[in-house]
Amino acid sequence: MIPDPPFALLVELTHRCPLQCPYCSNPLDMERAAGEMTTEEWCGVIRQAAGLGCMQIHFSGGEPTVRPDLEILVAEAAAAGLYTNLITSGVLCDRARLERLAAAGLEHVQLSFQGATAPIADRIAGYAGGHEKKLSFARDVRAAGLPLTANFVVHRQNAHQLDAMIDMAVEMAAERIEIANVQYYGWALKNRAALMPSRDQLNVMIESVSAARERLKGILAIDFVVPDYYARRPKPCMGGWGQRFLNISPSGKVLPCHAAESITTLAFDNVREKPLDDIWLNGPAFRAFRGTDWMPEPCRACDRKEIDWGGCRCQAFAITGDAAQTDPACALSKNHSRLVATALEDAQSGGEDFVYRNFRSAKALPGL
Amino acid sequence: MTERVLLVGDSVPRLAPHRRLRRDLQRGVWTVQAPERCFILDETAHAILSRCDGNASLAAIIASLCAAFPDAPHDTIAADVTHLLQDLADKGVVAA
Repeated sequence: MIPDPPFALLVELTHRCPLQCPYCSNPLDMERAAGEMTTEEWCGVIRQAAGLGCMQIHFSGGEPTVRPDLEILVAEAAAAGLYTNLITSGVLCDRARLERLAAAGLEHVQLSFQGATAPIADRIAGYAGGHEKKLSFARDVRAAGLPLTANFVVHRQNAHQLDAMIDMAVEMAAERIEIANVQYYGWALKNRAALMPSRDQLNVMIESVSAARERLKGILAIDFVVPDYYARRPKPCMGGWGQRFLNISPSGKVLPCHAAESITTLAFDNVREKPLDDIWLNGPAFRAFRGTDWMPEPCRACDRKEIDWGGCRCQAFAITGDAAQTDPACALSKNHSRLVATALEDAQSGGEDFVYRNFRSAKALPGL
Repeated sequence: MTERVLLVGDSVPRLAPHRRLRRDLQRGVWTVQAPERCFILDETAHAILSRCDGNASLAAIIASLCAAFPDAPHDTIAADVTHLLQDLADKGVVAA
């Protein structure tokens, strides 16, 4: 089977970030600055991705604006016909730089928030003063005429602010809001006991989102991602492994999703060593779970197998130690009841303290 | 956006800022690239959106499509075009 070309490329330009969010999607074993690819290497990757069929590029990190060459990379992507998106914390980029990025061809900004008020948000981010800087950056984005998506990661310690988050997004004239419950890999898995919401919290969130969608139709688009420990069917992770999406790490590792390095039984090709199209078509990590041939029961006989694609490989590995198992978020998985029991226990008896995401805690983690 | 855009006959629908009509060469389809979204257009949707040039009113776009597809009933075209553009306006793809 020859796979379709990918739609989107996410480039993690760096793992450096001033924030320390305890659910960061970066791997536990973060890349240091010295391992990051050069401007020329990234430009080559961008041209290859456009040639391969990508239509969109997401500049992410870490915090992508720590790279002084971001303007060059945005311009390269725009020249290659890619639709460009910046995923940022907004705390390092002033108005002049944002205007330079817009002039280079930036089309959209996705700005992260950690809560609806400074005390809560700054504690979660582990960064004093961050919330105010983000609000100021949001004004700069709108002043530059760029569309803005406000991204809120929600969990037990900020879920009660959900209505205020939606109000905030409307006030800052965001066109979209993403309200994404934490997904538990890497750093988030380390912090699961401090983050897991209760089922009651989830039900309140679902009601709030549903009411806001009705109230704000045509004004604010709302994307809501549930915590899949409480789901009946798994999420169609990445629209299917190796089918729509490519992720490139700061040092050039090509990943089927941003959490894929948590699957320690897979080996990943590097774009410094092989052409991107070869990696997409033939790389063993991409072929491992592409399509439906790899599936076990109950996926194999399931009429949803080409809808949810067996769910999330990283979650299967995190919970069962075998990435080829059915995602335990699926109620048909033999591991589902254990997953739900874990969630309920974490939600009820977990503490509030975080292991913050930084190079120091990474070093202290066993096995790294 | 502070209120919902509601399209009427003399509205002038156009792609919202930073939405791009792009040909996807690999898959041979027209698309609209938008924040966190890629809308794949069928021939009808492309025929409609390619007429949203920032000058033509909704009524003029409908008239142009009726001339291009004389076998289809005018009322059907008018309803389909209005429905599609209103839906895209609600998704932030189309401004007016």
